[in-house]
Amino acid sequence: MMFDARQAEKTDAPSSAQQYAALEQRVSVRKEGSAVQADQVETDWAALVLLVRDHQDKAAFAALFRHFAPRVKAFLMKSGADATTAEECAQDVMATLWQKAHLFDPARASVATWVFTIARNRRIDALRKARRPEPEELPWGPEPEPDQAEVMEAQQDTERLGTALAQLPEKQRALIERAFYGDLSHSEIAAETGLPLGTIKSRIRLALERLRQQMS
Amino acid sequence: MSIRHHLTDQLVMAYAAGELPEAFNLVVATHVSLCDECRARLASFEAVGGAMLESEDVAAMSDDSLAACMDRISGLSQATARRPLKRAGIFPAPLADYIGGGVSKVKWRNLGMGVKQAILPTGKDASARLLYIPGGQAVPDHGHRGLELTLVLQGAFRDETDRFGPGDIEIADEAMQHTPVAEEGEVCICLAATDAPLKFNAIIPRLAQPFLRI
Ligand SMILES: [Zn+2]
Repeated sequence: MMFDARQAEKTDAPSSAQQYAALEQRVSVRKEGSAVQADQVETDWAALVLLVRDHQDKAAFAALFRHFAPRVKAFLMKSGADATTAEECAQDVMATLWQKAHLFDPARASVATWVFTIARNRRIDALRKARRPEPEELPWGPEPEPDQAEVMEAQQDTERLGTALAQLPEKQRALIERAFYGDLSHSEIAAETGLPLGTIKSRIRLALERLRQQMS
Repeated sequence: MSIRHHLTDQLVMAYAAGELPEAFNLVVATHVSLCDECRARLASFEAVGGAMLESEDVAAMSDDSLAACMDRISGLSQATARRPLKRAGIFPAPLADYIGGGVSKVKWRNLGMGVKQAILPTGKDASARLLYIPGGQAVPDHGHRGLELTLVLQGAFRDETDRFGPGDIEIADEAMQHTPVAEEGEVCICLAATDAPLKFNAIIPRLAQPFLRI
């Protein structure tokens, strides 16, 4: 039903081209000094995914593709895939992003986190040929109009974690990386990451509680 | 549902990283379906994966990759989009998916004394099964050679360590020798997974073991 509503909305969509032009402008705004860092900070990836979701916006998708596909490819190569397989799988991952954009919940996860989960599942399929049961989707699904402050926070979590990750002692960071690249068996994984995960957990926990209350 | 026994951080992180055997994935996904606390913890570990992807070096894609991807997208039919999974009674969606429905669809096998089990089809590196334990009945006494997860879906059991009710998960390792007993009343139904064959202390179950595929 939600899907139909969005399809209907699509017909009288204002001009997604205009919205996108505004976003491109924001993409090009960079903090003085470190351009690379600023590029990541300034781009509103979540807004681009919503443009793909609501308007099948190809320009928004192209921007997402340019940023994430090469990272997914590198991630898969570090996980043991050869370049050809990694490239193929990265295309699959981005195609899945397009197809499942309606499942993306910007109030709970950043685009990078969401893309990571798609890439991880693709890796399990392709390299381990195993099945991966997923948790039940939440009854209220992603909200059509998520709270902007929550969206900001979710997207910023990834930045904060990235910074914290970079500041970890080399040995500890390497251990976490090996776990996520599939170099460690589950019994070798050490869950003591030294990262500030408690704040992220609490934020999501509170949001889930609030939504469940609203539902009942 | 007031859940008191949760997943360990190690299991949540291994699931987030995609490093668990299928049978364990099933137990984790089923618990997370019932437990917002672990759902939030899972999201926090997945955010680590996101941060890592974001800070990842890049591997250049070939020039025509975006066009190839757009072709792929236009080839995707709506039919390939999977319907969201549905809960079936006491079985959360990921488990219902393995059974093809709720409790009435389970193909139980008797283990004696009213205790029944059903092995689920998973990858070989670990095995998953459903257990059906009438109230007051003990699960055969067993020690473990590997890791065993037991998630309660209905009723409750007690062992030397504590009480486990709906949604609770007991995590037992090699050192643990325990005798779970189902509480009087409602039949206790659990989802259990182990990465090693169970070793039963009672003589009969041990003889039966090869035939039971545990
Ligand atoms: Zn839990």
